Amino acid sequence: MATAQAAVQPRTATPSARLVKFISRAPVHLGLLLVAVIWLVPTVGLAVTSFRPRGDIQASSWWSSLTDWSFTLHNYSEVLNKANMDKAFVNSILITVPSTLLPLVLAAAAAYAFSWISFPFRDTIFLLIVALMVVPVQMALVPLLTLFRDLGISNWFGGIWLAHTAFGLPLGIFLLRNFFIALPRDLIEAARVDGASNLRIFLKVVLPLSVPALASFGIFQFLWVWNDLLMSFIFIQNGDLLPMTVRINQMQTTYGGEWHLLSAGAFLLMIVPLAVFFALQRYFVQGLLAGSVK
Amino acid sequence: MAEVAFSDVAKIFADGTRAVSDLTLEGHDGEFMVLVGPSGCGKTTALRMVAGLEEISEGEIRIGDRVVNGVAPRDRDIAMVFQSYALYPHLSVYDNIAFSLRLRKEDKAEIDKRVRDAAKILDLEPLLQRKPRALSGGQRQRVAMGRAIVRQPAAFLMDEPLSNLDAKLRVQMRAEISKLQRDIGVTTIYVTHDQVEAMTMGDRVAVMRKGQLQQVAPPQELYDHPLNIFVGGFIGSPAMNLVEATLERSNGGLIVKLGSRALALDDENVSARPALRSFEGRNVVVGIRPEHLEDPSVARDTPDDRRLTGHVELREALGSELMVHLRIDAKPALTEEVHELAQDAGTTAEQMLGGSQHAVVVGRFSADSSVVEGKDTEVAVDTRSLHFFDPETGLAIYDSNR
Repeated sequence: MATAQAAVQPRTATPSARLVKFISRAPVHLGLLLVAVIWLVPTVGLAVTSFRPRGDIQASSWWSSLTDWSFTLHNYSEVLNKANMDKAFVNSILITVPSTLLPLVLAAAAAYAFSWISFPFRDTIFLLIVALMVVPVQMALVPLLTLFRDLGISNWFGGIWLAHTAFGLPLGIFLLRNFFIALPRDLIEAARVDGASNLRIFLKVVLPLSVPALASFGIFQFLWVWNDLLMSFIFIQNGDLLPMTVRINQMQTTYGGEWHLLSAGAFLLMIVPLAVFFALQRYFVQGLLAGSVK
Repeated sequence: MAEVAFSDVAKIFADGTRAVSDLTLEGHDGEFMVLVGPSGCGKTTALRMVAGLEEISEGEIRIGDRVVNGVAPRDRDIAMVFQSYALYPHLSVYDNIAFSLRLRKEDKAEIDKRVRDAAKILDLEPLLQRKPRALSGGQRQRVAMGRAIVRQPAAFLMDEPLSNLDAKLRVQMRAEISKLQRDIGVTTIYVTHDQVEAMTMGDRVAVMRKGQLQQVAPPQELYDHPLNIFVGGFIGSPAMNLVEATLERSNGGLIVKLGSRALALDDENVSARPALRSFEGRNVVVGIRPEHLEDPSVARDTPDDRRLTGHVELREALGSELMVHLRIDAKPALTEEVHELAQDAGTTAEQMLGGSQHAVVVGRFSADSSVVEGKDTEVAVDTRSLHFFDPETGLAIYDSNR
């Protein structure tokens, strides 16, 4: 952290030196700008489309509205009312938040055990869990659905929470264990001598020092669950509980070709992940670095 | 407060390494016991076994009346100071010191009182709200001490707590820790590789080598009566000069033949070490401490049979005294212990002793000395203070019973 702060501090340089530096770096900056623009075009197109009246969308392409601009919020009000998107938004939240918190808590606890408690076959078990990352979701869909039916949780969020947790854990344990094990050994031992139990060490020492790693896994998992279509499609049998992704997908068939609704719905779907990412991006970038450099 | 006792303790790691063997040692109640030795000698492992951070493979460790072999670290009633200080970076100085008390669910007012008392003793009062990263090295060290003393434990364990400080601060903290320990009177086991720390701080010093305890004694006794070459060479700075010599009888007395010169031994010298007689006609290793070599122009009345000839290779003026490196006509003692001591000093034995033919010895001369670099000179030797070792066993030659 100290090094990052030091790097950000303005360097004392003469104006001419700064100019030389700016010009010499200009090609790099232009290149990066170009990549960013290309990358953003589809999203901008989507955003522009979502604000255009239905007739315009059918008559001309989105870039023509760059010159001939007619703005409307009608698409958004229609998608919220007609397609039950407001309810789907709440469902998405109800699915995503527990499906993020549950694996976060379990993965952190497991990662602590894998890094700081010794027990037989610890590293072998850890390797097995990491190896589970290669298991494709598709392979487990049918058996899991049968299982959830038998347990009676397929008509409710319980099934999808468990499924997302199970498939999120291997990556979470892997990321967090590698972060935890890089914490200074002396610190854990000092806490142990100071009288802390494993639970105390976990809560009072390891977790507070691992906020960047926890945040980055949290964001990963949140985005993954929020954008997931397949698992919700399979595991949510009750039509009232469907999340936004499934609803938007259904609009394609119900209102075939109604791009004004699709684009507005898709843009609504993006808002929450963007908000989460911007709120936590400081930790996100830090977390990615922290695991590798240390 | 309690005594800390090792009996026949050994540590064998999973890969079969014996880090500590047959360690029997007792830190008395209130004593400052220093474990010293080169890196890899097992001193830190021994300390960690007391803390409960390493399993005890063999033997028993007692704290007070209790055998603690199976006791978890948190139930051992000890406080430990780590080399890295191991301060909790996310907690303020106050919370760092209060950490262990809060875990023990002490009364809030009591915690506050004890934290403030500890802070007062250690001059940390203005820093209580700071985070560790905003502290200097010396301040961090004091916080680590504060975390230990606030506990009022049965024993302090300290693992090279000063080695991350610069030289000046180390001297200052050395005195502070000694004083603090004397004031509080808690049994302390202190691990260091620095023999100066060992000498200045310890009530008693335990020298370890390759997992084996070499000698336990008060610092001065360790210095005056080392039990073997290793202890002799390890304790003292600059180190004891170790050269090969032959004991011979001449005119009824014993003489030490060093190359072409001979040093005569007094009767009292021999009677203090009766076992020397049995080495007559044999090789011995002679240990000469630097302060027992002197410029004859300063030590004027030194007779001829108390002198060596040396070539001055280097003359280091320290202001109060001179360190003179002299090449003399005698072979350096290249025993296994000497090789190990050299390795610990970051050099080879041949380099340290100036090749394998003519030993380079270091003399601590008076600042009045007039020796000149590159010239030959006479050297007065205080023969009453010579040390003798058996080259076969490395053991010091004292009484045959010893």
